[in-house]
Parts: sequence; structure tokens; C-alpha cells
Amino acid sequence: MLDFMKNVPELPIADWTSNFTDWLTDTFAFLFDPIKNQFGDFMEFTADKLAAIPPVIVILIVAILAFFVSGKKFGLAAFSIVGLLLIYNQGLWEELMFTFTLVLIASVLSVIIGVPIGILMSKSKTAETIITPVLDFMQTMPAFVYLIPAVAFFSIGMVPGVFASLIFATPPTVRLTNLGIRQVPTELVEASEAFGSTASQKLFKVELPMARSTIMAGVNQTVMLALSMVVIASMIGAPGLGREVLSALQRAQVGTGFVAGLGIVILAIIIDRFTQNVNKSK
Amino acid sequence: MVAKIEVEGLTKIFGKKPKRALELLQKNKTKDEILKETGNTVGVNRASFSVEDGEIFVIMGLSGSGKSTLVRLLNRLIEPTAGSVWVDGEDLSTMDEKTLRETRRKKMSMVFQKFGLFPFRTVRSNVEYGLEIQGVSQEERKEKAMTALELVGLKGYEDMYPNELSGGMQQRVGLARALTNDPQVLLMDEAFSALDPLIRKEMQDELMDLQENMKKTIIFITHDLDEALRIGDRIALMKDGSIVQVGTPEDILMNPANNYVEKFVEDVDRSKILTAHHIMKRPETIDIDKHGPRVALERMRQEGLSSIYVVDRKRNLKGYVTADDASEARKKDIRDLQEILTTDVPTVTKDTPMHDIFNAIYDSSVPIAVVEDGKLAGIIVRGAVIAALASDSEVTLDHA
Ligand SMILES: Nc1ncnc2c1ncn2[C@@H]1O[C@H](COP(=O)(O)OP(=O)(O)O)[C@@H](O)[C@H]1O
Ligand SMILES: [Mg+2]
Repeated sequence: MLDFMKNVPELPIADWTSNFTDWLTDTFAFLFDPIKNQFGDFMEFTADKLAAIPPVIVILIVAILAFFVSGKKFGLAAFSIVGLLLIYNQGLWEELMFTFTLVLIASVLSVIIGVPIGILMSKSKTAETIITPVLDFMQTMPAFVYLIPAVAFFSIGMVPGVFASLIFATPPTVRLTNLGIRQVPTELVEASEAFGSTASQKLFKVELPMARSTIMAGVNQTVMLALSMVVIASMIGAPGLGREVLSALQRAQVGTGFVAGLGIVILAIIIDRFTQNVNKSK
Repeated sequence: MVAKIEVEGLTKIFGKKPKRALELLQKNKTKDEILKETGNTVGVNRASFSVEDGEIFVIMGLSGSGKSTLVRLLNRLIEPTAGSVWVDGEDLSTMDEKTLRETRRKKMSMVFQKFGLFPFRTVRSNVEYGLEIQGVSQEERKEKAMTALELVGLKGYEDMYPNELSGGMQQRVGLARALTNDPQVLLMDEAFSALDPLIRKEMQDELMDLQENMKKTIIFITHDLDEALRIGDRIALMKDGSIVQVGTPEDILMNPANNYVEKFVEDVDRSKILTAHHIMKRPETIDIDKHGPRVALERMRQEGLSSIYVVDRKRNLKGYVTADDASEARKKDIRDLQEILTTDVPTVTKDTPMHDIFNAIYDSSVPIAVVEDGKLAGIIVRGAVIAALASDSEVTLDHA
């Protein structure tokens, strides 16, 4: 049935992609190299500083924040204390700090990049039509694939990990920012215009506040996706809990793998409840 | 004097082929035909009218007739396909963005059907919005917002959030917000339609009270004839995007321009249910057996009347005298009322339906007499007919 295809040579898509990536690497080396070095240093520095704080203080701060963020309830605070103590007890504290740094920085960057793109999409039909399939592509491509150009651009370590996370984790923020703004009731947009708002007044005084909880739902998803990249990113040398899981896998050590995995779960739950509650409060 | 708002040939076509649709409109194709042929919807079709300073101009029509579109063309929330809007002689449709923004900030503001309040702002902060975006200082904003809130009777609620208030109160906030930057023109799109009937009536009354002092130019949209009759100085009736008639409430009721308007007016059911009995009031009279022209004149002056009904001792209707005739008679020193009495009196009975009263009252320069067994039971003044149409409950309560 596909006989006619015999006359069509195999398209060299793989070669094209490689060539394109090589070209990017060479052409933008002046950009990638400083990012790799300085940004890498910055991340190391942050993680080291975090790790240098006595764990008991970190745990206390997290517990207090949890108490207030969850509307003065003890549940989340108690969970945070027990969970973090367990991680400390298992000797994974430093790994936890690395993982947290990676997730934090990847998420912050995702939001900084994602929200403006989402706003652009909500304002322009054309932008929406172009960006939506790109987002679909970014999310459905297996996350491992991003590791390859990440390594090409940034070699190994935390920086390519953040880069791969960014690509994988940004789409929800973009999507939900767009959705949130488009869902603002027409009357409110009209009200803001009818009183003579400029475009930016409309955006900052009405649309973004109205879209806030939808955007936060997107941010929550972004953070969770960034966290899920932690294990994957460890394959290109990103330090942290993921690396423990990976090495346990390579050595078939079920117990060690489970403990490191449990650490990730605890971190995930704490982060998830935090971002959700921030959304609910006010 | 130049009209406050002058609208000419204003047209809005929703869809991808406005040019084509516009051509078809010129050929007098209907909204339906144009929709079939081009897939475009005619929102507003070549509307022309003018609104005077200080007037309440009501735009009325069934749902989908284009009222909301029309009112949004007036502040250009919707870009017109053709035609123009002049506000104080300035053409809104060619204004650049900055001038348009200034006009919206200073000259006109809007009240919305579902209130359009910002849920994350307090009542006061909602009311301050218009000034806030103009960069007015906090103290001034607060002061003006509080004044506006007091005006609509919401003092003490300033720190609450919109969802903590009832519908009526929320719309008061909407009104206060629109009044805070002291605009000359208020656009109100079905502002009271979402409220239940009692609250709605209350709001109508309040709006009219406010208007007594404010003398704003108000464009008021409604799909409800009662509401239109109650508050409109003039009413424009819309159908399928076109304005089919513009006139005073009386014009619309008495001389419907076409079947459509007539249908609309007929829908005022109470015109059939209500009778003279419901809307008559106690008459000022003089007694032909006791009084002369001098007393008649004095009584008319006291009550501010231009004519007065004359009865005998048993309240049998004799006729009426006018102020002119009475003053003439006094000059000539005529003592007997009989000599200046007009006996050709428009009369109805207590159970004459409202429908028939219309015709009688518009041919008559004096109030209509309601007569029972030859006795004067009451009189009906022109205003009462309109008022009754607009509000049956009030009348029935009074006379039940
Ligand atoms: N944004 C829009 N796009 C397409 N058609 C619209 C739009 N807004 C209104 N219309 C159409 O224009 C006509 C008038 O609508 P509208 O002004 O909302 O009527 P009303 O306020 O009298 O109920 C209707 O046929 C409606 O379907
Ligand atoms: Mg409408």
C-alpha cells in the first residue's frame, strides 16, 4: 500500500535538527557560555547557602509559613515538620536543598517567561493561533529529548537541568494566564474601558487581578512539572534527590531509591499545598 | 442650541463582510435577509436621533433589537461600521485614542446590567476607580467617592465587598461609581433589569429624584415599557437594529408609528384591566348654589388649577368654569356662575377601561369627569393616565 513511498527518500529530519542545534550552539556560544558559567555559579551559591542554614531553622521557618499560609491551621505545618525531619534523618538534607533550588529557579523563570506570553496570547488572536500548537508540542515531546540540546548548549550540571525544566514546565502557566484573562467577564472589561482606562491600566487593575486564581492554578502545575523534571535532569548531572534515585536505579538498590523518592514526594506535597493555599488566601 | 448628543446614520454590522452588508442595508434589505446572504448580523441599522442636555432619553426594544450595541456605540466601546456620534459637537467616531479616553473619563460614564463591579475591590475602591485611573490624589478620591456613596444611600457600606451586598445595593454602587467623576452623560444599559420588581421601582424613583438635582443627560436602555414610560422624557423604540419611533411617552402611547409599536403598547395589559375608578382623584369643586365667579377664581388660584368643576348641593355635575372665563366675569361683575358655565363636559363612568380614557383625555383641555348617576365621583388628569400605565400597583393600592 505504501509502495509509492519507496520513491521518497527518508527525510533527514534528525540530521537537520542536529545541524540546527550545532549551528545554535556555535552561533550563540557567546550567550550560552556566560549563562552556563555565571548562572551555574549563582545556583551553586544559592544551594550552598541554603544548605548552610541550620536545618532546624529552615524547618521552623517552613512550619511557621505553613501555619499562616494555610489560614492558621496546624495540618500543613505539622506535616512539614515531620516530613522535613524525616528527610534530614535519612541524610538527604543537602540533596533536598539542591532539588529545591533547582525547582525554585526553574519555576520562577517559567513564571517570568510564561505570564507575559500568556498575556500576549490573550490579547492577540494571531499570537494564540501560533503559540497554542507550540505549547502542545512542548508538552507532548518526551521530556528526555530536551536533555540533548540542553547538554549541547550548557554542557552538564544544574543549568541544563533548569533549561530542560523551563521548556517542559512553562506551558501550563502560559495556557492558564491566557485562559484566565480571556475569562474575565465582558462587563468588567467594558467597565474598565468605559471609565477611560489605558490598556495597561485595564490589564493591571482589572484583568490580572480577575485572572489571578486561574494563573495561580497554572503556576501550581508549572511547579509540579518542574519538580517532576528533577529526576530526569539528574541524568545530565543535576545534583539533588533525583541523582540519588538515579544512582539507586543503576545499582538496583530498592531501599535507597525508595527513600530518595519519598523525599521528592514530601517536597512535592509541601510545595503543592503552599502554592494552592497562596491562591486561596485573600 | 446644539444637542448634547447627536447621532447620525449610526450603523454596526457584526461579521466579516461589513461592506457588503452595508450595501444591502442601503437597498433596504432586512436583518434576516442580510444574515442569510452574508452571514453577518446587523446590530444597529442607521440610527439617527439627538438627545438634549438634561434629558432622560430611553431606548426601548425587545431582546436582540440592538439596544446594548447602540449604547456602546455612543462611547465607542464598540467601533461603528458607519455613521457618527457627536458629543457636544465633537465627533466621537473620528477621535484619536487619547481624546476618546479623556471624553470617557470626563464626560460620560456607564452603568451596567449586571452591575460590572470589580469583586476584588471594596465598595469604595470600586467607586473610586474612575478617579484612580486619572491619577487623582487619594484624599480627593476618597472624598468624592464618599459623597457619591452618600448620594445613593450607601454610607457605611464603603468597606464591604460587592458580593456582600444585595442586587439593589450593588447597582447603587454602580451608580455611585458612574457619578463620582461627575460626568455630563450617563449611559445606563438595562441598569435595573436584573433587580426584582419592588427594588426596581425604588431605584427608578431614586434615579428620578437624583435627576431633579443633577440634570444629567441620561441614556437609559430598557426592554420594559413600564419602565420607559415612568422615567423617560422621550423614548426611542428599536426593532431589528432600527429606530422605529422617537417621541414622548404620550406620543408613543397615543400615536404608535406602526404595528410594531402598537403591539408593544398593547402589551401594557393593565390598560385593559384598569378602569377610571383606579386612577381618578378627588375633585376640587365649587357649589353652583352657593358660589360665584369670585370664589371660583380664588379656589383655582389656591389649588393652581386652570379650570374647576361645578356641582350643585347634591354633587350633581353641572359643568366647569375656566380661570379665564371667571376672571372675565369678575371684571364684568357677573355674579352668577351659570352664565360662564361650560356644560360640554368630557365624562366617563367608573368602569370605563383605561384604553378608552386615552382617547377622551387627549381631545380634552380639562380633566375628565367620572360620573355616577349624574353625580361627580372624581376627575382624571392626564398625568395619572401615564403614571397608571407605568405603575399599576401604586394606583390600586391607593384606591383599593
Ligand atoms: N459581539 C457580537 N458579535 C456578533 N453579533 C452580536 C454581537 N453583539 C451583539 N450581536 C447581535 O446584535 C444584535 C443586537 O444585540 P444587542 O445589542 O445585544 O441587543 P439588545 O441589547 O437589544 O438585547 C443581536 O442580534 C445580537 O445577536
Ligand atoms: Mg442588551
